[in-house]
Amino acid sequence: MEFKDYYKVMGVARDATDAQIKQAYRKLARKYHPDVSKEKDAEARFKDVGEAYEVLKSPEKRAAYDQLGKDYRPGQDFRPPPNWDSGFEFSGAGPGAGDESYSDFFDALFGAQARAGRGRRGEAHPGRGEDHHAKVLLDLQASLNGGTRSFTLRMPEIDAEGRLVSKERTLNVQVPRGILAGQQIRLAGQGAKAHGDGTPGDLYIEVEFQPDPLYRVDGRDLYLELPVAPWEAALGATVKTPTPGGNVELKIPPGSHAGTKLRLKGRGIPATQPGDFFVVLQIALPPATGEKAKAAYAALAAAGAFNPRASLGV
Amino acid sequence: MSPTDDRALPGTIFDESAILSIQDLSRMCAVDERHIVEFVEEGVLSVVTVSSEWRFTGDALRRARLALRLERDLELNLAGVALAVELIEELAQLRRELGARRQ
Repeated sequence: MEFKDYYKVMGVARDATDAQIKQAYRKLARKYHPDVSKEKDAEARFKDVGEAYEVLKSPEKRAAYDQLGKDYRPGQDFRPPPNWDSGFEFSGAGPGAGDESYSDFFDALFGAQARAGRGRRGEAHPGRGEDHHAKVLLDLQASLNGGTRSFTLRMPEIDAEGRLVSKERTLNVQVPRGILAGQQIRLAGQGAKAHGDGTPGDLYIEVEFQPDPLYRVDGRDLYLELPVAPWEAALGATVKTPTPGGNVELKIPPGSHAGTKLRLKGRGIPATQPGDFFVVLQIALPPATGEKAKAAYAALAAAGAFNPRASLGV
Repeated sequence: MSPTDDRALPGTIFDESAILSIQDLSRMCAVDERHIVEFVEEGVLSVVTVSSEWRFTGDALRRARLALRLERDLELNLAGVALAVELIEELAQLRRELGARRQ
Protein backbone atom coordinates (compact mmCIF):
# COMPACT_ATOMS: atom_id res chain seq x y z
CA MET A 1 0.00 0.00 0.00
CA GLU A 2 1.20 3.50 -0.81
CA PHE A 3 1.86 6.18 1.72
CA LYS A 4 -0.62 9.06 1.29
CA ASP A 5 0.47 12.63 1.80
CA TYR A 6 -2.63 14.21 3.30
CA TYR A 7 -1.00 17.64 3.43
CA LYS A 8 -0.41 17.51 -0.30
CA VAL A 9 -3.97 16.38 -0.97
CA MET A 10 -5.23 19.39 0.96
CA GLY A 11 -2.62 21.72 -0.53
CA VAL A 12 -1.47 22.98 2.87
CA ALA A 13 1.91 23.17 4.59
CA ARG A 14 2.88 20.63 7.26
CA ASP A 15 2.64 23.31 9.91
CA ALA A 16 -0.74 24.62 8.72
CA THR A 17 -3.05 25.83 11.47
CA ASP A 18 -6.45 24.24 12.10
CA ALA A 19 -8.05 27.32 10.55
CA GLN A 20 -5.99 26.96 7.39
CA ILE A 21 -6.85 23.29 7.12
CA LYS A 22 -10.52 24.01 7.55
CA GLN A 23 -10.39 26.74 4.94
CA ALA A 24 -8.56 24.49 2.48
CA TYR A 25 -11.10 21.73 3.06
CA ARG A 26 -14.08 23.97 2.43
CA LYS A 27 -12.60 25.31 -0.76
CA LEU A 28 -11.77 21.85 -2.10
CA ALA A 29 -15.06 20.37 -0.93
CA ARG A 30 -17.00 23.00 -2.83
CA LYS A 31 -14.88 22.34 -5.89
CA TYR A 32 -15.13 18.56 -5.87
CA HIS A 33 -18.41 17.77 -4.10
CA PRO A 34 -20.17 15.26 -6.37
CA ASP A 35 -23.49 17.09 -6.00
CA VAL A 36 -21.96 20.33 -7.18
CA SER A 37 -18.91 19.54 -9.28
CA LYS A 38 -18.67 18.73 -12.95
CA GLU A 39 -14.97 17.87 -12.74
CA LYS A 40 -14.33 14.50 -14.32
CA ASP A 41 -12.87 12.73 -11.30
CA ALA A 42 -14.85 14.74 -8.75
CA GLU A 43 -16.01 11.78 -6.72
CA ALA A 44 -12.54 10.27 -6.30
CA ARG A 45 -10.99 13.65 -5.57
CA PHE A 46 -13.69 14.45 -3.04
CA LYS A 47 -13.08 11.17 -1.26
CA ASP A 48 -9.37 11.90 -1.04
CA VAL A 49 -10.04 15.36 0.33
CA GLY A 50 -12.60 14.08 2.83
CA GLU A 51 -10.20 11.42 4.03
CA ALA A 52 -7.33 13.87 4.39
CA TYR A 53 -9.57 16.27 6.32
CA GLU A 54 -10.83 13.48 8.55
CA VAL A 55 -7.24 12.95 9.67
CA LEU A 56 -5.90 16.50 9.72
CA LYS A 57 -8.85 18.10 11.51
CA SER A 58 -8.50 15.78 14.47
CA PRO A 59 -5.55 16.71 16.70
CA GLU A 60 -5.10 13.09 17.82
CA LYS A 61 -5.20 11.60 14.34
CA ARG A 62 -3.00 14.35 12.94
CA ALA A 63 -0.40 13.80 15.65
CA ALA A 64 -0.43 10.07 15.01
CA TYR A 65 -0.16 10.59 11.28
CA ASP A 66 2.72 13.07 11.67
CA GLN A 67 4.53 10.72 13.99
CA LEU A 68 4.20 7.89 11.53
CA GLY A 69 4.73 9.97 8.40
CA LYS A 70 8.02 11.60 9.19
CA ASP A 71 9.99 8.72 7.64
CA TYR A 72 7.82 8.31 4.57
CA ARG A 73 7.63 9.89 1.15
CA PRO A 74 4.36 9.94 -0.80
CA GLY A 75 3.88 6.87 -2.94
CA GLN A 76 6.47 4.92 -0.98
CA ASP A 77 5.43 1.42 0.01
CA PHE A 78 3.94 1.61 3.44
CA ARG A 79 3.53 -0.92 6.27
CA PRO A 80 2.20 0.30 9.57
CA PRO A 81 4.31 -1.02 12.44
CA PRO A 82 2.44 -3.28 14.86
CA ASN A 83 0.66 -1.40 17.65
CA TRP A 84 1.89 1.85 16.20
CA ASP A 85 -1.15 3.72 17.41
CA SER A 86 -0.90 2.88 21.07
CA GLY A 87 -0.73 6.02 23.10
CA PHE A 88 -3.13 7.91 20.89
CA GLU A 89 -6.76 8.16 21.73
CA PHE A 90 -9.25 8.63 18.96
CA SER A 91 -12.48 10.39 19.45
CA GLY A 92 -15.34 9.05 17.40
CA ALA A 93 -15.73 10.60 14.01
CA GLY A 94 -18.67 10.45 11.69
CA PRO A 95 -18.22 9.48 8.10
CA GLY A 96 -16.59 12.24 6.13
CA ALA A 97 -16.72 12.19 2.38
CA GLY A 98 -19.48 9.94 1.15
CA ASP A 99 -20.53 7.12 3.39
CA GLU A 100 -18.42 4.57 1.64
CA SER A 101 -14.90 3.41 1.85
CA TYR A 102 -11.76 5.19 2.86
CA SER A 103 -8.50 4.13 1.25
CA ASP A 104 -6.65 1.03 2.40
CA PHE A 105 -4.03 3.38 3.76
CA PHE A 106 -6.58 5.09 5.98
CA ASP A 107 -8.08 1.80 7.05
CA ALA A 108 -4.67 0.45 7.99
CA LEU A 109 -4.06 3.49 10.16
CA PHE A 110 -7.41 4.32 11.64
CA GLY A 111 -9.70 1.59 10.40
CA ALA A 112 -10.87 0.02 13.63
CA GLN A 113 -11.27 3.31 15.47
CA ALA A 114 -12.97 5.09 12.59
CA ARG A 115 -15.42 2.28 12.08
CA ALA A 116 -16.26 2.15 15.76
CA GLY A 117 -16.94 5.86 15.71
CA ARG A 118 -18.94 5.89 12.53
CA GLY A 119 -22.46 7.16 12.63
CA ARG A 120 -24.83 4.28 12.79
CA ARG A 121 -26.71 5.39 9.74
CA GLY A 122 -29.80 3.34 9.15
CA GLU A 123 -29.24 1.11 12.12
CA ALA A 124 -31.37 3.16 14.44
CA HIS A 125 -34.20 0.82 13.52
CA PRO A 126 -33.10 -2.70 14.26
CA GLY A 127 -34.82 -5.39 12.29
CA ARG A 128 -34.75 -3.46 9.04
CA GLY A 129 -31.95 -3.35 6.50
CA GLU A 130 -30.48 -0.11 5.23
CA ASP A 131 -31.88 1.52 2.07
CA HIS A 132 -29.54 1.79 -0.88
CA HIS A 133 -29.38 4.55 -3.46
CA ALA A 134 -27.98 4.54 -6.98
CA LYS A 135 -28.07 6.55 -10.18
CA VAL A 136 -28.50 5.22 -13.70
CA LEU A 137 -28.70 6.51 -17.27
CA LEU A 138 -31.89 5.40 -18.97
CA ASP A 139 -33.02 5.60 -22.59
CA LEU A 140 -36.09 7.73 -23.22
CA GLN A 141 -37.89 4.79 -24.86
CA ALA A 142 -38.03 2.99 -21.51
CA SER A 143 -40.02 5.84 -20.02
CA LEU A 144 -42.27 6.17 -23.08
CA ASN A 145 -43.12 2.52 -23.46
CA GLY A 146 -42.08 0.87 -20.21
CA GLY A 147 -40.13 -2.35 -20.54
CA THR A 148 -37.34 -4.21 -18.86
CA ARG A 149 -33.82 -2.87 -18.55
CA SER A 150 -30.85 -4.38 -16.81
CA PHE A 151 -28.66 -2.21 -14.62
CA THR A 152 -25.27 -3.11 -13.20
CA LEU A 153 -24.75 -1.45 -9.86
CA ARG A 154 -21.88 -1.37 -7.40
CA MET A 155 -23.13 -1.72 -3.88
CA PRO A 156 -21.22 -1.39 -0.64
CA GLU A 157 -21.59 -4.45 1.53
CA ILE A 158 -20.21 -5.60 4.86
CA ASP A 159 -18.46 -8.93 4.38
CA ALA A 160 -18.14 -11.79 6.87
CA GLU A 161 -15.11 -10.17 8.52
CA GLY A 162 -16.92 -6.88 8.96
CA ARG A 163 -15.05 -5.10 6.20
CA LEU A 164 -16.70 -2.76 3.77
CA VAL A 165 -16.45 -4.16 0.25
CA SER A 166 -17.88 -3.11 -3.06
CA LYS A 167 -19.93 -5.75 -4.82
CA GLU A 168 -21.31 -5.71 -8.33
CA ARG A 169 -24.74 -6.99 -9.19
CA THR A 170 -27.04 -6.86 -12.16
CA LEU A 171 -30.72 -6.19 -11.74
CA ASN A 172 -33.50 -6.62 -14.27
CA VAL A 173 -35.96 -3.86 -13.66
CA GLN A 174 -39.39 -3.23 -15.09
CA VAL A 175 -39.11 0.47 -15.75
CA PRO A 176 -42.33 2.30 -14.83
CA ARG A 177 -43.82 4.18 -17.78
CA GLY A 178 -43.69 7.92 -17.51
CA ILE A 179 -40.65 8.26 -15.27
CA LEU A 180 -38.89 11.62 -15.68
CA ALA A 181 -35.27 12.68 -15.37
CA GLY A 182 -34.39 13.25 -11.72
CA GLN A 183 -37.06 10.90 -10.39
CA GLN A 184 -36.44 7.75 -8.41
CA ILE A 185 -37.53 4.18 -9.09
CA ARG A 186 -38.19 2.31 -5.87
CA LEU A 187 -37.42 -1.40 -5.73
CA ALA A 188 -38.87 -2.82 -2.55
CA GLY A 189 -36.63 -5.18 -0.61
CA GLN A 190 -33.55 -4.68 -2.84
CA GLY A 191 -31.53 -2.71 -0.29
CA ALA A 192 -29.26 -4.15 2.39
CA LYS A 193 -30.25 -7.28 4.23
CA ALA A 194 -31.36 -6.82 7.82
CA HIS A 195 -29.28 -7.99 10.74
CA GLY A 196 -31.14 -11.04 11.93
CA ASP A 197 -34.44 -11.85 10.32
CA GLY A 198 -35.93 -8.42 9.71
CA THR A 199 -37.10 -7.01 6.40
CA PRO A 200 -34.43 -5.88 3.93
CA GLY A 201 -34.11 -2.23 2.98
CA ASP A 202 -35.26 -0.77 -0.33
CA LEU A 203 -33.29 0.32 -3.36
CA TYR A 204 -33.85 3.74 -4.91
CA ILE A 205 -32.57 4.33 -8.42
CA GLU A 206 -32.40 7.91 -9.59
CA VAL A 207 -32.81 8.27 -13.32
CA GLU A 208 -31.24 10.55 -15.90
CA PHE A 209 -32.01 10.20 -19.61
CA GLN A 210 -29.44 9.44 -22.25
CA PRO A 211 -29.74 11.92 -25.11
CA ASP A 212 -32.35 10.64 -27.55
CA PRO A 213 -31.45 10.74 -31.25
CA LEU A 214 -34.85 12.21 -32.20
CA TYR A 215 -36.59 13.84 -29.28
CA ARG A 216 -35.68 16.56 -26.85
CA VAL A 217 -37.31 16.29 -23.42
CA ASP A 218 -38.64 19.22 -21.42
CA GLY A 219 -40.46 18.02 -18.33
CA ARG A 220 -43.16 15.77 -19.77
CA ASP A 221 -43.13 17.43 -23.17
CA LEU A 222 -41.22 16.12 -26.15
CA TYR A 223 -39.83 18.20 -28.99
CA LEU A 224 -38.95 17.07 -32.49
CA GLU A 225 -37.23 19.26 -35.05
CA LEU A 226 -38.89 18.42 -38.34
CA PRO A 227 -37.20 19.46 -41.59
CA VAL A 228 -39.63 20.59 -44.31
CA ALA A 229 -39.11 21.92 -47.81
CA PRO A 230 -39.75 25.66 -48.37
CA TRP A 231 -42.86 24.93 -50.49
CA GLU A 232 -44.23 22.55 -47.85
CA ALA A 233 -44.02 25.37 -45.31
CA ALA A 234 -45.29 28.05 -47.68
CA LEU A 235 -48.10 26.15 -49.36
CA GLY A 236 -49.00 23.69 -46.64
CA ALA A 237 -48.56 19.93 -46.88
CA THR A 238 -49.16 16.65 -45.17
CA VAL A 239 -45.86 15.01 -44.19
CA LYS A 240 -44.87 11.81 -42.46
CA THR A 241 -43.58 12.48 -38.94
CA PRO A 242 -42.12 10.12 -36.36
CA THR A 243 -43.76 10.21 -32.90
CA PRO A 244 -43.21 7.95 -29.86
CA GLY A 245 -46.41 6.11 -30.80
CA GLY A 246 -45.31 5.51 -34.39
CA ASN A 247 -45.30 7.52 -37.61
CA VAL A 248 -48.21 9.91 -38.21
CA GLU A 249 -49.32 12.07 -41.12
CA LEU A 250 -48.88 15.63 -39.91
CA LYS A 251 -50.63 18.56 -41.52
CA ILE A 252 -48.39 21.58 -42.06
CA PRO A 253 -50.58 24.70 -42.36
CA PRO A 254 -49.87 27.02 -45.30
CA GLY A 255 -47.76 30.05 -44.40
CA SER A 256 -45.63 28.18 -41.86
CA HIS A 257 -42.05 29.28 -41.29
CA ALA A 258 -38.91 28.10 -39.56
CA GLY A 259 -39.66 27.74 -35.84
CA THR A 260 -43.42 27.21 -36.27
CA LYS A 261 -44.52 24.95 -33.43
CA LEU A 262 -47.21 22.35 -33.97
CA ARG A 263 -48.66 20.59 -30.96
CA LEU A 264 -49.89 17.02 -30.72
CA LYS A 265 -51.74 17.04 -27.43
CA GLY A 266 -51.07 14.26 -24.95
CA ARG A 267 -48.44 12.50 -27.05
CA GLY A 268 -45.50 13.33 -24.79
CA ILE A 269 -44.33 11.32 -21.79
CA PRO A 270 -47.25 9.25 -20.46
CA ALA A 271 -48.97 10.08 -17.17
CA THR A 272 -52.45 10.76 -15.84
CA GLN A 273 -51.93 14.15 -17.46
CA PRO A 274 -49.48 13.24 -20.20
CA GLY A 275 -47.10 15.72 -21.74
CA ASP A 276 -47.51 17.11 -25.25
CA PHE A 277 -45.55 16.39 -28.38
CA PHE A 278 -44.25 19.45 -30.19
CA VAL A 279 -43.02 19.55 -33.75
CA VAL A 280 -40.77 22.49 -34.51
CA LEU A 281 -40.38 23.18 -38.20
CA GLN A 282 -37.01 23.65 -39.80
CA ILE A 283 -36.75 24.79 -43.38
CA ALA A 284 -34.43 22.58 -45.40
CA LEU A 285 -33.02 24.34 -48.42
CA PRO A 286 -33.02 22.37 -51.68
CA PRO A 287 -29.57 22.53 -53.34
CA ALA A 288 -29.37 24.69 -56.46
CA THR A 289 -27.68 22.04 -58.53
CA GLY A 290 -28.78 21.52 -62.09
CA GLU A 291 -30.32 23.96 -64.52
CA LYS A 292 -33.93 23.34 -63.50
CA ALA A 293 -33.31 24.05 -59.82
CA LYS A 294 -31.32 27.18 -60.65
CA ALA A 295 -34.09 28.39 -62.94
CA ALA A 296 -36.67 27.78 -60.20
CA TYR A 297 -34.67 29.84 -57.70
CA ALA A 298 -34.24 32.60 -60.29
CA ALA A 299 -37.98 32.59 -60.97
CA LEU A 300 -38.64 32.85 -57.23
CA ALA A 301 -36.23 35.78 -56.97
CA ALA A 302 -37.99 37.50 -59.86
CA ALA A 303 -41.44 36.80 -58.39
CA GLY A 304 -41.38 39.61 -55.85
CA ALA A 305 -39.40 41.77 -53.51
CA PHE A 306 -38.36 39.57 -50.64
CA ASN A 307 -35.87 41.01 -48.17
CA PRO A 308 -34.83 38.39 -45.61
CA ARG A 309 -32.91 41.11 -43.72
CA ALA A 310 -35.78 43.57 -43.36
CA SER A 311 -35.77 43.13 -39.57
CA LEU A 312 -32.11 44.22 -39.46
CA GLY A 313 -32.97 47.57 -41.03
CA VAL A 314 -30.82 47.03 -44.12
CA MET B 1 -27.35 -12.60 -18.03
CA SER B 2 -30.19 -11.76 -20.36
CA PRO B 3 -33.15 -9.76 -19.15
CA THR B 4 -36.27 -11.87 -18.90
CA ASP B 5 -39.52 -10.10 -18.27
CA ASP B 6 -41.03 -12.62 -15.89
CA ARG B 7 -38.12 -12.23 -13.50
CA ALA B 8 -37.83 -8.46 -13.76
CA LEU B 9 -38.33 -6.50 -10.57
CA PRO B 10 -41.37 -4.26 -10.71
CA GLY B 11 -40.28 -0.64 -10.26
CA THR B 12 -42.54 2.19 -9.16
CA ILE B 13 -42.02 5.91 -9.59
CA PHE B 14 -41.30 6.82 -6.04
CA ASP B 15 -41.52 10.57 -6.54
CA GLU B 16 -45.19 10.38 -7.46
CA SER B 17 -46.52 7.25 -5.83
CA ALA B 18 -45.13 7.67 -2.34
CA ILE B 19 -46.83 9.59 0.45
CA LEU B 20 -44.46 9.83 3.39
CA SER B 21 -44.99 10.79 7.01
CA ILE B 22 -42.32 12.64 8.93
CA GLN B 23 -41.52 9.37 10.70
CA ASP B 24 -40.96 7.62 7.34
CA LEU B 25 -38.70 10.38 6.10
CA SER B 26 -36.64 10.61 9.27
CA ARG B 27 -36.13 6.83 9.25
CA MET B 28 -35.15 6.80 5.55
CA CYS B 29 -32.65 9.60 6.07
CA ALA B 30 -31.50 8.27 9.45
CA VAL B 31 -31.91 11.65 11.14
CA ASP B 32 -34.06 13.07 13.93
CA GLU B 33 -37.55 14.23 13.11
CA ARG B 34 -36.47 17.62 14.41
CA HIS B 35 -33.97 17.85 11.58
CA ILE B 36 -36.75 17.26 9.05
CA VAL B 37 -38.85 19.95 10.75
CA GLU B 38 -35.95 22.37 10.33
CA PHE B 39 -35.75 21.58 6.63
CA VAL B 40 -39.47 22.27 6.27
CA GLU B 41 -39.22 25.54 8.18
CA GLU B 42 -36.31 26.65 6.02
CA GLY B 43 -38.21 25.74 2.84
CA VAL B 44 -35.87 22.92 1.79
CA LEU B 45 -38.80 20.49 1.87
CA SER B 46 -42.42 21.20 1.12
CA VAL B 47 -45.30 19.49 2.88
CA VAL B 48 -49.01 19.02 2.53
CA THR B 49 -51.02 18.93 5.73
CA VAL B 50 -53.58 16.13 5.85
CA SER B 51 -55.82 16.06 8.95
CA SER B 52 -53.25 18.12 10.87
CA GLU B 53 -50.38 15.78 9.95
CA TRP B 54 -47.53 16.46 7.55
CA ARG B 55 -47.28 14.47 4.35
CA PHE B 56 -44.31 14.46 1.96
CA THR B 57 -44.10 13.23 -1.62
CA GLY B 58 -41.32 10.87 -2.67
CA ASP B 59 -39.09 13.56 -4.11
CA ALA B 60 -38.67 14.91 -0.57
CA LEU B 61 -36.39 11.92 0.07
CA ARG B 62 -34.01 12.95 -2.68
CA ARG B 63 -34.02 16.59 -1.57
CA ALA B 64 -33.55 15.72 2.08
CA ARG B 65 -30.62 13.42 1.32
CA LEU B 66 -29.01 16.07 -0.87
CA ALA B 67 -29.49 18.65 1.88
CA LEU B 68 -27.96 16.33 4.48
CA ARG B 69 -24.92 15.64 2.30
CA LEU B 70 -24.35 19.34 1.73
CA GLU B 71 -24.78 20.12 5.39
CA ARG B 72 -22.30 17.45 6.43
CA ASP B 73 -19.68 17.67 3.68
CA LEU B 74 -19.62 21.42 3.11
CA GLU B 75 -20.40 22.39 6.70
CA LEU B 76 -23.21 24.68 5.53
CA ASN B 77 -25.83 26.19 7.78
CA LEU B 78 -29.54 25.73 7.09
CA ALA B 79 -29.98 28.88 5.04
CA GLY B 80 -26.94 27.96 2.96
CA VAL B 81 -28.28 24.45 2.46
CA ALA B 82 -31.66 25.78 1.32
CA LEU B 83 -30.02 28.10 -1.19
CA ALA B 84 -27.62 25.42 -2.46
CA VAL B 85 -30.44 22.88 -2.95
CA GLU B 86 -32.44 25.39 -4.98
CA LEU B 87 -29.46 26.28 -7.13
CA ILE B 88 -28.37 22.68 -7.63
CA GLU B 89 -31.85 21.69 -8.82
CA GLU B 90 -32.04 24.67 -11.13
CA LEU B 91 -28.59 23.87 -12.50
CA ALA B 92 -29.55 20.25 -13.13
CA GLN B 93 -32.63 21.44 -15.03
CA LEU B 94 -30.60 23.87 -17.12
CA ARG B 95 -27.98 21.24 -17.87
CA ARG B 96 -30.68 18.86 -19.08
CA GLU B 97 -32.08 21.50 -21.39
CA LEU B 98 -28.66 22.50 -22.64
CA GLY B 99 -27.66 18.88 -23.18
CA ALA B 100 -30.82 18.27 -25.20
CA ARG B 101 -30.31 21.35 -27.36
CA ARG B 102 -26.67 20.55 -28.08
CA GLN B 103 -27.38 17.26 -29.76
